[in-house]
Amino acid sequence: MPERDPAWNGRITACVVMIIILWPMLVMAEFKPWILLDAQSLGATWQFLSTFFPPAHSAEFLEMLLYATWETIAMATAGMTLALLGAIPMTLIATERLSISRLGTGRIAAWAVAVRQLVRWLLILLRSVPELVWALLLVRIVGLGPTAGVIAIALTYCGMLGKVYADILESSDSAACDNLLRNGSGRLAAFFYGALPSSASELVSYTVYRWECAIRGSVVMGFVGAGGLGQRMDESMKMLAGDELATMLLMFVLLVACADGVSAMLRKRLA
Amino acid sequence: MTILFKSISVRHEGAAQSAFALRDLSLSIGPGEQVALIGPSGAGKTSLLHTLACALKPDQSDPASLYHLFDQDPWQLSSAERHALRSRLFLAPQTPPLPPRQRVVNAVLAGALPQWSLWQAVRSLVKPIDPARAYAALSKFNLQDKLYARVDRLSGGERQRCGMARALISSAELFLVDEPLSALDPTLAIQTLEVLQQEARTRNATLICSLHQVELARAYFPRVIGLRDGRIVFDAASNQIGDADIAALYRNREDDAPVPESPPASVATVIPRC
Repeated sequence: MPERDPAWNGRITACVVMIIILWPMLVMAEFKPWILLDAQSLGATWQFLSTFFPPAHSAEFLEMLLYATWETIAMATAGMTLALLGAIPMTLIATERLSISRLGTGRIAAWAVAVRQLVRWLLILLRSVPELVWALLLVRIVGLGPTAGVIAIALTYCGMLGKVYADILESSDSAACDNLLRNGSGRLAAFFYGALPSSASELVSYTVYRWECAIRGSVVMGFVGAGGLGQRMDESMKMLAGDELATMLLMFVLLVACADGVSAMLRKRLA
Repeated sequence: MTILFKSISVRHEGAAQSAFALRDLSLSIGPGEQVALIGPSGAGKTSLLHTLACALKPDQSDPASLYHLFDQDPWQLSSAERHALRSRLFLAPQTPPLPPRQRVVNAVLAGALPQWSLWQAVRSLVKPIDPARAYAALSKFNLQDKLYARVDRLSGGERQRCGMARALISSAELFLVDEPLSALDPTLAIQTLEVLQQEARTRNATLICSLHQVELARAYFPRVIGLRDGRIVFDAASNQIGDADIAALYRNREDDAPVPESPPASVATVIPRC
């Protein structure tokens, strides 16, 4: 039996290197978690948290909350729908697996490479601007309210969905799609009969997850005036109304749990 | 001529200069001919089928080389014209290319995709356009009960026959079939082969089939091509091929030891699929 584990030295070295790299970063980020625990902070935290209980539950408030929640879901869903309208065609263009000119040579025609690259750059551009920044810009253009949030989600998520859809399609089993193309079917037919059934459940589960993210994103955008649950949360936060905040956070957990349930159900259907 | 090859060489995609999959192949196959391709694993059977299917571009450094498919050189055509040519052939890979979550009826009807418009293709996903045609094709392989089953409920052999049913749906004039029998028991293998050959005969299509079952190849195909190391070792009528030719074809590479007596049957079972 060998005297020592040959991987041991490497692991120790990796740990030491990690610490050496991470330490300056923590210092630079002014990471001082012990501030959380000094007496003054603890007192302030306790004071704020104690207002959380009991959560607000007056009929008037709940009605407003339901309306705001509905607005948030509507914003996320409308934004996702617009994002999908842009992302699906761009995915179909960007996916190299659906290329016909690559058959036989492995090389894609020059103009096709250029078009794909353009679409990929467009996707990068769309998703590199965070939705919050889009929302801030759009609030100036279209004014306060959900429209800004919807367009902001549509723009950023179009970029994310298009990129990840293309990646999912590229990384799934290629045999079905390749064979259809080699036997002379069109690009879109090969997509519907080869690539789509090979990766449908991954695509659906990613879409639902993104929808969940869109709900969270639309709440954050509410803070900059894009309406929905976020705007109400901002108001309650400024008034230090912990009880209202508690109800909103509970609603929030519920929403995400629901999205998770929908995703699980759809995946089970498609599995 | 369906196929006319003169000194065709093929390199693997992205392989180094010298890595030839096929070397200096000359070959001509007429319409309606039925040809078996045999040879040890790695001999280039699949590469040859892919080259015939315009799925692999031959090396064009040799000016004497000539490649005609349906009396045209596919690599002189535009990409669109070449793709139109592809719809006249049917390449069936050894592993049936069926997505596990697809229903059998869609997997089989996909053979008609080159003839369908996009609208028909999408509509057929919602409600199969021509289930009777898929049923008829499946029933030739005794799979009619599986019409609306999902592909992942099928056994390996059933999937392979499902892939063959797709071949029947296509309107190909040239069938290029890579080891259609690898997952089938001997009885089913013969039945499947007979259905394929019958279909090719009925529509006067050319059938080229790579096989590891040497005995089946000699018994069922009038013409057999032996490949080894990317070269054609023999190309002859099956009644002119002797046991010695077969033994030489499959002789062990390293020690050149002769293959034991009655090689074909044992060869078929021993040699792993490539």
